[in-house]
Amino acid sequence: MNRADNHKESSVGRVEKQYYSFAHPPEKLILESGAELGPVTIAYETYGTLSKEKDNCILLAHAFSGDSHAAGYYQDDNGEEKPGWWESMVGPGKGIDTDRYFVICPNILGSCMGSTGPGSANPETGAPYGPDFPMVTIGDMVDTQKMLLDHLGITQLHAVVGGSVGGMQVLQWCVRYPEMIRAAIPIATTMRHSALAIAFNEIARQSIMADPNWNNGNYYGLARPDMGLAVARMIGHVTYLSDEAMRRKFGRRLQDKESFSFGFNADFQIESYLRYQGSKFVHRFDANSVLYITKASDYFDVVDNMNKSGPINSIQRGKIKYLVVSYTSDWLYPTYQAKELIKTLKRTGQNVSFCEIEADCGHDAFLIPDDRLSNLIGGFLNGIT
Amino acid sequence: MALPDTEEIRFDLQIIGSTIEPGSKVLDLGCGSGDLLVWLEKNKSVQCTGIEQDKVKAAHCIARGLSVLQGDLNEEVEDYPSCSFDYVILSQTLQQVFEPARLLHSLARIGRKVVVSFPNFSHYSSRLQLLVKGSAPKNDQLPYAWYDTPNIRVITLRDFRKFSRDVGYTIVKEIAINTNPANSEGHIVHFFTNIRATYGIYVIEKTE
Repeated sequence: MNRADNHKESSVGRVEKQYYSFAHPPEKLILESGAELGPVTIAYETYGTLSKEKDNCILLAHAFSGDSHAAGYYQDDNGEEKPGWWESMVGPGKGIDTDRYFVICPNILGSCMGSTGPGSANPETGAPYGPDFPMVTIGDMVDTQKMLLDHLGITQLHAVVGGSVGGMQVLQWCVRYPEMIRAAIPIATTMRHSALAIAFNEIARQSIMADPNWNNGNYYGLARPDMGLAVARMIGHVTYLSDEAMRRKFGRRLQDKESFSFGFNADFQIESYLRYQGSKFVHRFDANSVLYITKASDYFDVVDNMNKSGPINSIQRGKIKYLVVSYTSDWLYPTYQAKELIKTLKRTGQNVSFCEIEADCGHDAFLIPDDRLSNLIGGFLNGIT
Repeated sequence: MALPDTEEIRFDLQIIGSTIEPGSKVLDLGCGSGDLLVWLEKNKSVQCTGIEQDKVKAAHCIARGLSVLQGDLNEEVEDYPSCSFDYVILSQTLQQVFEPARLLHSLARIGRKVVVSFPNFSHYSSRLQLLVKGSAPKNDQLPYAWYDTPNIRVITLRDFRKFSRDVGYTIVKEIAINTNPANSEGHIVHFFTNIRATYGIYVIEKTE
């Protein structure tokens, strides 16, 4: 079940983050909200080799707090090499086989991992945008990815693949640029957020905004809203896990002690785990990016567009082949939401495969090395002509 | 679980395959590991979709490059628009369905033709067991005891013909077959089918 042992042998190896900047003023990018943004930089990584016909490209869309580093290792990782977030899936001979496909993973607009976001410098002031950064949508993220592909001269995609908020981008790609796409793999995702998902995001946002250091988003160069961001991450982690996974991993076990402290220290392992995850996140991520990206995912709704989509002019080759994957213990985007997507695809006469995978690790299951998902994706991609 | 990519498919599936027009659109319900779908794609260049409840089998089908939905066939068939398929195949499953009449109604809606196969409960070996031994039939086609059988509907060729007539389906084709225990070989039965056939295969459509 676990491929962790041979990761390094079948890794894409050293990789480098690349950047593409465009929409330089006055040719600014017009966002879905009508606001303008420019210049825009998109950080990305590529693995594998682009074919002469430029027809073997797979676009990877990362999840909410992810980045462009999907596979391989950075040069400066010396000793403490930290592989990409989908190292188990992307590499030579793996589910997404870099011997065959040219894989591109861009960092999303609004993030803080190299692409333009609220922490980037506003060209008008020279200081970080902060709250002046315009609201971006999943559609805007996809549009900037399309511009990156245009820049690279790629006009067709063998597949678009992504989980969670990455899956939303996959669906957005399918309704916005269907003629470019042969296959789509939305994993552990939804056509739109439920009230439950919006509720968790709102708690995360409120936690950040309630931190006095947040200062209406103007905290760059000052003390950062670390407490608020850490709590937001704790909420997030609860939604990515599941009741089963938490019972198995932590139960009611105590952290480094035999009995209760009868205070508010972290007595239980789950408390300690969440505190650790929260404090780890503040070193990596920008609180304002959490606000912008969670809001973008709450606004996301492709139900109407998916209903209107369908085989383009009924020409067979214009059809996208879908593989929808859900997880039994995902309570953020439960299987019933994947089924709604499938229902829509069936009603519009599209070619869709679906598999619910048994896993107790909740929403994050797709990030955990699992041969079932690798085989599923590998075989499915292989069948795309 | 061993799920080999076999070239050879079961005899009853070969017969079902022979009823399918080349180039048509096919839905296979309870497609298992996808052997029939692979055969149809290869030999009849049909456009195939399968539905399979078992997660491991469904995943295997998808990894073989087939379009397969994992789910309950009774529910999954409801979402398709009318006449989405040229053929809907229900192979050796009708006897396990809780509401067969309702299911067939749905299948005749989403498919122009429905191919149904089922084990013939009036095969002479079943009759003899009941008549001579006085026990519920248990044989190669019906290998279960009364308390653990998934086969909750007892169907004979004769019953199915009557049912089709009563409900308003036209039987386009009826093929009665007799197979060996492994179902790897067999032959078509032409006379006294209700006694001699181990399986019945029917192509039906809604009577206009």
